[in-house]
Amino acid sequence: MNYNWNWSVLVTEPYLDWLISGFYWTISVALVAWIFAFSIGCLVGIGRTLPNKFIAGACTCYVELFRNVPLLVQMFLWYFAMPEALPEEWGRWVKRDMPNPEFVTAVIALSLYTASRVAEQVRAGIEAVPKGLAAAAKAHGHGVAQTYRYILLPISLRMVVPPMTSEFLTVFKNSSLALTIGLLELTAQSQQIAEYTFRGFEAFTAATVIYVLIALVATVAM
Amino acid sequence: MIDIENVSKWYGDFQVLKDCTSQVTQKEVVVVCGPSGSGKSTLIKCVNGLEPVQQGRIVVDGADITAKGTDLTALRARIGMVFQHFELYPHMTVRENLCLAQEKVLKRSRDEAVSRAELFLDRVGLSEHIDKHPGQLSGGQQQRVAIARSLVMDPIVMLFDEPTSALDPEMINEVLDVMVELAKEGMTMMVVTHEMGFAKKVADRVIFMDEGAIVEDRSTEDFFGNPESDRAKDFLSKILNH
Repeated sequence: MNYNWNWSVLVTEPYLDWLISGFYWTISVALVAWIFAFSIGCLVGIGRTLPNKFIAGACTCYVELFRNVPLLVQMFLWYFAMPEALPEEWGRWVKRDMPNPEFVTAVIALSLYTASRVAEQVRAGIEAVPKGLAAAAKAHGHGVAQTYRYILLPISLRMVVPPMTSEFLTVFKNSSLALTIGLLELTAQSQQIAEYTFRGFEAFTAATVIYVLIALVATVAM
Repeated sequence: MIDIENVSKWYGDFQVLKDCTSQVTQKEVVVVCGPSGSGKSTLIKCVNGLEPVQQGRIVVDGADITAKGTDLTALRARIGMVFQHFELYPHMTVRENLCLAQEKVLKRSRDEAVSRAELFLDRVGLSEHIDKHPGQLSGGQQQRVAIARSLVMDPIVMLFDEPTSALDPEMINEVLDVMVELAKEGMTMMVVTHEMGFAKKVADRVIFMDEGAIVEDRSTEDFFGNPESDRAKDFLSKILNH
């Protein structure tokens, strides 16, 4: 391949700043989305296993809805369709006055989508706990809440740590879709650098390396 | 102590319990036996409401288990139950296994819970294992811990659901010894088991079940010496000839 690599663009102003800013937004969106996704996902996953048919049914609907619509479509729906569907004043506020609209929308879309996947893993973990343990807890007088708190959750959450790590990494990678609604995260900034400098290989190599480093650090941290 | 009145239960179209009636009085030891699939485990799980019944009534110590609105959790705390597969909580030490329900259900203080755990663990001969996890114990040891876990709750009656069926043969006796001790101390017990030696030794009565129905319900002597039904005779001839 006849290509003159020029890595220096990556450390030239303003492109270095763009990369750093992109890195910052990627981390921000992914971490905030993960906090919501994990919390909502745990609640929904637990909800699907509860004896209450109404709660279990509602949680199943949530999972099937958010898991089965492509994330990109969900991003567009939250960003373009949702403000129109709101009452007029709210819609105007979302479109005109809401701070950081791209960031907020990306976090909402990413966390609700990821929550449906977290929920399935939490449910699988709870269902993998031998049935007899819940029966034993019941037989000793523990109610549903205590059975989850002391028996089912401590055992199942340990089991779901490995699949949950994959999900955590996926949030960072999926956050790149936020570029479609205008959030200048890492991928968007790389694209911008490529357009300004015609150094696409360098720019996307930098993005690739940063994504891999984030993933490796996250894996070690989990 | 336990009154089972005309209890029937279905899984879908399949009737697992057919109009079962029996009772266990205070300090009585009743053994429930019968071939696999005869409904004996299901029956004992109905006694503390782990399995719902569709027809009939079960009353334990004056409280109707089958009535709507009965506080089942409070009642279950007073009914001990030992399972075939022990069902000790694998993520907790033996001490925590014995303290959990005492602290969270009976609201005992930590000190009281621990001292009772130590007392009953000593009674089943496992004091030195209090800091171990269930996975580090043999099957027989685990089952003795499970018995202690029920005893710390001061149960008014103990239910045993095939407590020795999952054990290696050489471990069965250590569990049966604990149960014999309990029976001698006057504990009210309902025991589903195939251990006919145990039944002969400590049971006051034997309930024999087949295909969901109680076929015989008689004193231990009568049951072994003079079984009425052909089904029971057949069962005993198979089980006692080994």
